[in-house]
Amino acid sequence: MKKRSLAAWMFVGPAISVIGLFFVLPVLAGLGLSVTDFDLYALADLRNLRFVGLDNYGHVLTLPLFWKALGNTLYFVIVGVPLSIALSLATAVLLQSPLARFKPFFRTALFAPVVTTLVAVAVIWRYLLHVRYGLVNEGLGALGLGPFDWLGDPDWSMPSIILFAVWKGFGANMIIFVAALQAIPDDLYEAARLDGATRWQQFVYVTLPMLKPTLLLVSVLTMAGYFQLFAEPYVMTQGGPLQSTVSVLYLMYEEGFRWWNLGTASAVAFLLFVLMIAVTQGLMRLGRRGEEVAAG
Amino acid sequence: MKRGPAAVIINSALGLAAAFALFPLLWMVSVSFMQPGAASSYPPPLLPADATLQNYRDLFARVNMGGYLLNSLVVACGLTVTSVLFNVMAGYAFAKLQFAGRDALFKTLLAALVIPGQVAMMPLFLMLKAMGLVNTWAGVIVPGMAGVFGIFLVRQYARSIPDALLEAARMDGAGELRIFVLVVLPMLKPVLVTLAVFAFLGSWNDFMWPLIVLTDSTLHTAPVALASLSREHVQDSELMMAGSVVTIAPVLVLFLGLQRYYMQGLLVGSVK
Repeated sequence: MKKRSLAAWMFVGPAISVIGLFFVLPVLAGLGLSVTDFDLYALADLRNLRFVGLDNYGHVLTLPLFWKALGNTLYFVIVGVPLSIALSLATAVLLQSPLARFKPFFRTALFAPVVTTLVAVAVIWRYLLHVRYGLVNEGLGALGLGPFDWLGDPDWSMPSIILFAVWKGFGANMIIFVAALQAIPDDLYEAARLDGATRWQQFVYVTLPMLKPTLLLVSVLTMAGYFQLFAEPYVMTQGGPLQSTVSVLYLMYEEGFRWWNLGTASAVAFLLFVLMIAVTQGLMRLGRRGEEVAAG
Repeated sequence: MKRGPAAVIINSALGLAAAFALFPLLWMVSVSFMQPGAASSYPPPLLPADATLQNYRDLFARVNMGGYLLNSLVVACGLTVTSVLFNVMAGYAFAKLQFAGRDALFKTLLAALVIPGQVAMMPLFLMLKAMGLVNTWAGVIVPGMAGVFGIFLVRQYARSIPDALLEAARMDGAGELRIFVLVVLPMLKPVLVTLAVFAFLGSWNDFMWPLIVLTDSTLHTAPVALASLSREHVQDSELMMAGSVVTIAPVLVLFLGLQRYYMQGLLVGSVK
């Protein structure tokens, strides 16, 4: 038995070492780094490193750009996540309909953006949204609207990035919703129909309650992803115009790897982490309480 | 089945959604075949008036896209091979082998899933710098060589392996490694494919970490190169679209070929 236990450790050893050494250890070290003034001078010579307590956190919290970035990120999350989930759910319901044709084609087509390379499709969208040569303005122009300077106007830059992110990501949750919809027993719809429920009433009183656990899970996962906005503004707007698309992670990247203020950047990373945990845990608690109320 | 107005509405809505999803990709392909400069005319053309391969020739001859794609391939393959191996070994052990602290360790791993990767990025960079791995492909690969999600996926799947089968092999005097290679691995084949597809796509599409680690532009992966090219060549839309085509095509083809495995992984991952 002892020999077998040793063998088992040999099996988990490599993976655990990698995760311990290249994830757990850096996370803890990051906490340490966030209470030092690690910067370009410390990078050159570690003797320049000083312990500064919570100064980095204090500094970040008084930085106007941090609050701007936080506001932008929350804008992206609060508008983007519900939009993305609504589109995922709508397409999943359509795909599940017995009247839908060519299902495998539609499923693959709607999912395709998910597997594409984010940077490459961001380049495409930057061009689609071009103020003069972009097809979006061309299409709107035909309807007598615009032209809009999508990525050049601070009022439109974030909505443009949200549109892009929704396009890129909605297919993933759609697949999860399709699986959850398939698991709803047909009898429930049958019973609702016998009671004279319309299609819309069936959706509200049968589908939505049955999907609740999935909705909660999908919301939490999607939200966690949306909080980590980075590549979209990096490629499409470089944080502009007027810092309207600087996200928290973008700020962390600039602080850490452009200006080499690794202490400050670590503080930014932990603040984002705490915020993410608070919001997702809050959402879970809210969801669970909803379940209890429904059950009681 | 009767085809009433409801069917028409549902299928039109699906058609619209599919057009929304596919149009940018189709347009990318179309523009990539336009004559240089043709896409920057007004009104923007939908199809190339005079199709050409010039952009693809420029891409490989002038801006060395072939080299970047090769870099991406090396990184993605290295990461796929190591991460599949490490994750399968660990996932199998968590599912089927007994050792002290197994369940506590697994719970700890699952709890670590809530920590976003960027919290580790700054110290990780300094660690890799001390190890001489900054500005190498190893530096891109090493942190991804094992992952909690992959281990979880394998564990879920490996739990269905009957214990009797493993015991019988042990009775026959087979060692644990032999059992793993000859009995376990063949049974885990589907999840191996799922894991490999996820690892390859994830690595190929990854942007932030390679951007941080690879400072020397000759080592850049395709997405990192494309991002910096798109900043330099803002006006060369046709060239950039060709660059997007060659970056997306490999992963799209891989996905279309192994779609079933990819979707399975997505669903297992979502019920955790």
